[in-house]
Amino acid sequence: MSRIYTIKNKLVESRLFLNRIIAAFIVVLLLTSGLIVRLVYLQIVGHEHYATLAKDNSIKIEPLVPTRGIIYDRHGKVLADNTQSFSLELIPEQISDLDDTLLRLQKLLNISDEKIDQYQKQRKRQKRFVSTPLLISMTDEEIAKFAVVRPYFPGVDIQARLVRHYPYAELASHVVGYVGRINEAEMKSLPIAEYRGSTHVGKIGIENTYETELHGKTGYAEIETNVQARAINTVNSVPPVPGENLYLTLDIDLQKTAYDALDGFNGAVVAIDIKTGGVLVFASRPGFDPNPFVIGIANDAYQALQSSENQPLYNRALRGIYPPGSTIKPFIALAGLEYNAISAEHKLFCPGYYQLPNVSHHYRDWKKGGHGSVNITEAITQSCDVYFYSLASMLGIDRMHNFLQHFGFGEKSGIDLTGEKPGLLPSREWKRSQRNQSWYPGETLITGIGQGFLQVTPIQLAKATATLANKGNVVTPFLVKNTVNPNPIEPDMEHPTSNITLKPENINSIISAMVNVIHDPHGTAKGISKDINYQIAGKTGTAQVFNIKQDAKYNENDIDFKLRDHALFISFAPADDPQIAVAVIVENGGHGGSVAAPIAGQVIKQYLGSNNENRNP
Amino acid sequence: MKTETRSEQFHPPSVIGNILRKLHIDIPLFIGLLLISLLSFVILYSAGSQDMDVLMRQAARVGLAFLLMTALAHVDPYQFKRYSALLFGLGILLLVAVLVMGQFGKGAQRWLDLGFFRFQPSEMIKITTPMMVAWYLAEHALPPKTKQLLIAGILIIIPTLLIAKQPDLGTALLVASSGAAVLFFAGLSWRFMLAISAVLAGLTPILWHFMRPYQRDRVLTFLNPEADPLGRGYHIIQSKIAIGSGGIYGKGWLGSTQSELDFLPESSTDFIFAVFAEEFGLFGCLGLLTLYLLIISRCLYIASQTQDTYSRLLAGSLAFTFFVYVFVNIGMVIGVLPVVGVPLPLISYGGTSIVTLLAGFGILMSIHTHKKFLPHS
Repeated sequence: MSRIYTIKNKLVESRLFLNRIIAAFIVVLLLTSGLIVRLVYLQIVGHEHYATLAKDNSIKIEPLVPTRGIIYDRHGKVLADNTQSFSLELIPEQISDLDDTLLRLQKLLNISDEKIDQYQKQRKRQKRFVSTPLLISMTDEEIAKFAVVRPYFPGVDIQARLVRHYPYAELASHVVGYVGRINEAEMKSLPIAEYRGSTHVGKIGIENTYETELHGKTGYAEIETNVQARAINTVNSVPPVPGENLYLTLDIDLQKTAYDALDGFNGAVVAIDIKTGGVLVFASRPGFDPNPFVIGIANDAYQALQSSENQPLYNRALRGIYPPGSTIKPFIALAGLEYNAISAEHKLFCPGYYQLPNVSHHYRDWKKGGHGSVNITEAITQSCDVYFYSLASMLGIDRMHNFLQHFGFGEKSGIDLTGEKPGLLPSREWKRSQRNQSWYPGETLITGIGQGFLQVTPIQLAKATATLANKGNVVTPFLVKNTVNPNPIEPDMEHPTSNITLKPENINSIISAMVNVIHDPHGTAKGISKDINYQIAGKTGTAQVFNIKQDAKYNENDIDFKLRDHALFISFAPADDPQIAVAVIVENGGHGGSVAAPIAGQVIKQYLGSNNENRNP
Repeated sequence: MKTETRSEQFHPPSVIGNILRKLHIDIPLFIGLLLISLLSFVILYSAGSQDMDVLMRQAARVGLAFLLMTALAHVDPYQFKRYSALLFGLGILLLVAVLVMGQFGKGAQRWLDLGFFRFQPSEMIKITTPMMVAWYLAEHALPPKTKQLLIAGILIIIPTLLIAKQPDLGTALLVASSGAAVLFFAGLSWRFMLAISAVLAGLTPILWHFMRPYQRDRVLTFLNPEADPLGRGYHIIQSKIAIGSGGIYGKGWLGSTQSELDFLPESSTDFIFAVFAEEFGLFGCLGLLTLYLLIISRCLYIASQTQDTYSRLLAGSLAFTFFVYVFVNIGMVIGVLPVVGVPLPLISYGGTSIVTLLAGFGILMSIHTHKKFLPHS
């Protein structure tokens, strides 16, 4: 390339660039003029208009808070509603000396320092002209006391507010949850406009999951005010849209039966409508009274709940993880049949212990002396451990893991409650990645009887049982049946279903074995078969809380209550046309057959008893 | 080139001139920036509820930013050119890193936590994108041909999309416009620009489809703020009330009633112009705009004095992008543009944007003060 060409190019380029600089400068000037025109319009033409608006803020926009939706059970019984209550509220803008006013109020009404602190925190987040409650749910006495001196407290007034109320208190606490004052973190994450004026938000349970639906849509009013900020005229208003009412699938009477049946123990009962996945019972005992949380629970009361040995705030049905014990056996047996690892008739001999080749360790059966020769039905009926040690060994951990995964073990059930735990379905990969260890054959054996790493939640167990009863049809458990407002938005919410392909003869032999658990003289839960004209299918389980030594003998009377085995029971009924699946876990209950099964029996009998009229004989 | 050493003799041998030349500082630009920074403290004091802490924190950031500017002014522009591609690549990597980490966290993720300080890669890319595009185009004869335009377009779109995905629409638009400015100064034909505008207008419905709900809200609210006075429209309505009530002369310093009463949200960040307009009125606004115009004019002048392609493209883009900042923010506050989160340059509270802006001015000064005096033919 010649030098002349380069220079010429450079000249062309320089000229072009200078032109562009000039063009850019013109664009800048034009756009700036545009801004100036707009500023002139706002500050000269519109000045008077905007100055009026700004002056004393003669027009105020006030939020109109929607009424929170009511929560009903399946029969229309109220689980959460709003009751009128009176609260003492302060408008900081209208109070000349706030600290002094608070001090006088504190003396007058005997208000705790804690409440004052709480108020101060909430006040600082609000604008100065917003009325903020100091006391919620005032007693008649407090109202009377304040009414007398009210003229001496400008800017302080008694307001009628709606307060959330939970009539069933601890009975439904782990399902419905509660609302509480909006805290700082929530303040940031909630849509500001929708919550202007709102003081409470769903913290846990249905109240939390369905916060958007329950809350409704905030309206507003444009209010003309005078210099004293007294409203003189409403210019324009958009009414709030109340929150949607929720109808749950829960049967609160059945829930009460289950909760009462757990009396004396910690534990959980979950019952599912097999056809739909609707949750009928979701009991976690102990529960707690959610009502104090609404008005702001006192610190010491909260500490007491938190530090209680029985952990009432802990949602066992949703978050409790337990070894499934022998309740896993029907699933393992089904896996054995489906993978052709064993046939239904094939008998195995149980001498009371099982040994891996070349290992001296004795894997013991719960029955000293053993069960003798048993086939798959007898093994389930009598809960023979040795049979399942051998079956597990034949299947191997990989196949057990894959099969159990289909039934939802190791993953969240998908119920419409937040905070669910996935439990743990162990596999080789899991052990390598989490513990950096390889899988041992002994661990396969104990997985076969529901011990070892395997951990399930009560809701998971209930879902898996429903899947078994449904012959492979998987339903997702859910609590909210539909939402009803002046005009229902969704008549029914959708819940995913899927299907596991199973051979009919295999699932039928497992179900008949589970019927034997209750109706056979050798069954481990034969106690609950009385007074019914249908059959229940079930499986007992006993989960070890601590390991006993090789030669030691487990004697439940000798050991501490807290170290006693957990009692489990899964069941569904009627066996020929399943409608309800129930999973029961009784912490430190001892035996599944004697403690957990009767609880499930009560729930099933009450449910099918009341439903019997609509049932074809 | 021997002319370089010889050129030293052409300068007047004044002591101050020598010192300034050694400092590589452009005096008019420096004075303009200093004035506007001082003004920012005056406004911040009022908008930030007269909190000295706010002022001190901002002063520390501005001080740091001025140091960075001076440091960058010392770097030979050749070095910027040399490391353009490397810095651009690094910026893209960091943007990807931020996005990947955002997958694990929740919601918007713009920060990269380096332990001792937090860093926003999208700020760095605001400068490295025009550097990269200028570097690429400078390799070829101007005006750019179709193939070069295509590649330059891709270079601009990559960081834009990465930032839009954070999601930070405001910054994404600024990055895109800084790249587009380079193309403009490179001599992109007017016809082509018209065609692109037409295509973009046609793409609007598609863009709408990809917008996040909150971004759509902003556009809708912009079109009709009164529809949602409690939420999205609140900012614009209150901001217009504040500006309009300021009138010609304003309510005087600390006289803003709207920010005082907390009616005006984000009064010390994105909406600080509303406080300024309320307190200083139309005269104040004209003064501030004039100050901005002076800075932009000086930058454009610097760009016009450059002699190599890379420097002129970069200088032009930096100058014009600064104006885009001013225009987008003020346009948003006075209700002629949608609300995108862009601060008022050099005045809004917050450190990252000031550091980036002054870094840009540092590069401009470096370009201006390291000029090689090529012989004019």
